Amino acid sequence: MRVFAIAEHRLGELNPTSFELLNLANKIKGDGTSEAVIIGDETLSNSLASHADTVWSISGDQLENYNPESHADVLLQLFKREPPDTVLLGNTSQGYELAPLIAAKLHCPIVTDIVEASPEQKGLTVSRYIYQGKLMVDLKISRTPCILTVRQGIFKNEAKLSGKIIKLKLNPTKPPKRRFLKLIEPEKCEVDICKADAIVAIGRGATASLQLATKLAALIGGTLAGSRPVIDSGLLTKDRQVGISGKTVKPKIYIALGISGAFQHTIGMKDSELIIAVNKDPQAPIFNVAHYGAIADVQEILPKIINKLEEHPPTPTT
Amino acid sequence: MRIFVLVKHSPSPESLLRVSADGKSLDPTCLTYDINEWDRYAVEEAVRLKEKHGGEVVAVSVGTNCDATLRKCLAMGVDRAIKVPAEPGFDASMAAEAVVDVLKCEAFDIVLSGFMSQDANNALVGALAAAKLDIPFATAVTELSVEGGEARAVRELEGGYREEVALPLPCLVTVQSGINEPRYVSIMGIKAAKAKELKDHPVKLGDATVSTERIYAPPTRRAEIISGAPLEVAEKLIELIRSKGVLR
Ligand SMILES: Cc1cc2nc3c(=O)[nH]c(=O)nc-3n(C[C@H](O)[C@H](O)[C@H](O)COP(=O)(O)OP(=O)(O)OC[C@H]3O[C@@H](n4cnc5c(N)ncnc54)[C@H](O)[C@@H]3O)c2cc1C
Ligand SMILES: Nc1ncnc2c1ncn2[C@@H]1O[C@H](COP(=O)(O)O)[C@@H](O)[C@H]1O
Repeated sequence: MRVFAIAEHRLGELNPTSFELLNLANKIKGDGTSEAVIIGDETLSNSLASHADTVWSISGDQLENYNPESHADVLLQLFKREPPDTVLLGNTSQGYELAPLIAAKLHCPIVTDIVEASPEQKGLTVSRYIYQGKLMVDLKISRTPCILTVRQGIFKNEAKLSGKIIKLKLNPTKPPKRRFLKLIEPEKCEVDICKADAIVAIGRGATASLQLATKLAALIGGTLAGSRPVIDSGLLTKDRQVGISGKTVKPKIYIALGISGAFQHTIGMKDSELIIAVNKDPQAPIFNVAHYGAIADVQEILPKIINKLEEHPPTPTT
Repeated sequence: MRIFVLVKHSPSPESLLRVSADGKSLDPTCLTYDINEWDRYAVEEAVRLKEKHGGEVVAVSVGTNCDATLRKCLAMGVDRAIKVPAEPGFDASMAAEAVVDVLKCEAFDIVLSGFMSQDANNALVGALAAAKLDIPFATAVTELSVEGGEARAVRELEGGYREEVALPLPCLVTVQSGINEPRYVSIMGIKAAKAKELKDHPVKLGDATVSTERIYAPPTRRAEIISGAPLEVAEKLIELIRSKGVLR
């Protein structure tokens, strides 16, 4: 099987997801090939070559900055000459756009955010989460080519190859309609939750307990953080958001209150030393990353914890 | 301005999710449906665009029992609604096809969809529809304005970065959470919705390109569950907290 992996870069750096795509490509290629594609930055080809059988390095007019239309345009030109069986992209801000664009133009199947893929007699079986992590589904794709976007952080086992680099000059056939205006830097933050030893994180299921959670954080010398909906609603500031579009934290202790445990949240806290989750739903996926869990109502448990702690006021160690 | 918004009537992730005997579907009797979370933001943004620029907002939904969700949209300020009847089992490409069929029969300036659906989590239907229509689009948009024949959209990237892009009309954006605070449905709104148009637009759909083999619980580590009366649970939790040395 010919498996293409579309690499990503911004500000001169490869997104590490690019290597994970190639690891998956090497896993499923069988007696075929893993082929990386990099658009708009030739200097990054070498590091991709250590993970791929072939690296296609495409340069051309106005390809330096990502534009979904121009990038899809040159990819389709490449695929006309070099027909793929499977095309892998990151489940990233670029993959969200490029993958459906290519799939629509090639009239081929597309599956997003996969966490597993295995070649079958005919085609591929892929696995992905649904219901924000509560269930999984296996899907069979029996047509080629197919387009897949891949969840980050899954395919980490490194390949050691020394692929050949093929430079190609391809210009988009027409100017893109969408124009890039500017890149906006991350906002400056006031609190640094990444430095905290203890984090009390509240989710949508604990918004009514904000005051108690603040109290608990104070009692254990910790910092308050939250899931995205809590930040979106304005209850906590953006610099306290944990997750893929917020911060990655590794405190000694992470207490998740009323957080369901969607991947976009857990990727930002799963490496904490001790994770305790309180959630009233036994099916909540947070219990798959937590070390300890209480299936309980936050509003009932939290006052009890605080009362107990206030009976014997602790002194934070720091 | 003519504004279209795509909405999905979807099961809530907080429903009881019980796999049916065939192992490939969920027991429908346990599911509670509502408007997809991300689509509430899209509808709110669509109605705000109309409030600013005038014109019309039309909601489109593909499915069988999506009337309740479409009525909710009408109550939020959407002017009319179009339903594409389709039996469950259609995939994202088919839903996009259906949406495209509707949009080809209408004149529009901008289409808004949610970033993803709360059940399938594909983040596909909006983007696929834009690609099939050959109109410019942007995904995961957290700020949107329309001025002088083009939309300006700020989209979320990785690591806290964002990018601003310009999209000439007609265009499509997929709306990310946090873009706005969706309004509540008022009694007045519900009353007004009753008089608004909700029509069917039948479409002959092709076949699914992927097939579901199996639905199952994720095979991962489970937390050690602390059980007992609330007071006992609280005490055990304090013990755990203490074990990490953050308490003395
Ligand atoms: C591109 C993208 C980026 C994203 N980035 C992030 C990110 O950086 N960070 C992030 O957190 N999310 C992010 N999300 C959103 C993510 O997918 C989830 O929607 C979000 O994490 C859910 O937050 P939650 O768990 O607080 O809310 P919900 O999913 O609504 O869960 C609430 C939980 O609380 C429980 N509950 C309710 N009431 C109680 C009670 N009284 N006691 C105990 N439990 C209760 C419920 O059982 C439920 O499990 C992103 C999504 C996308 C698509
Ligand atoms: N059946 C549907 N009918 C109308 N719009 C839909 C449907 N399914 C998905 N969408 C739209 O596409 C977005 C992304 O959904 P999905 O691709 O399923 O993650 C949703 O937020 C909706 O705006």
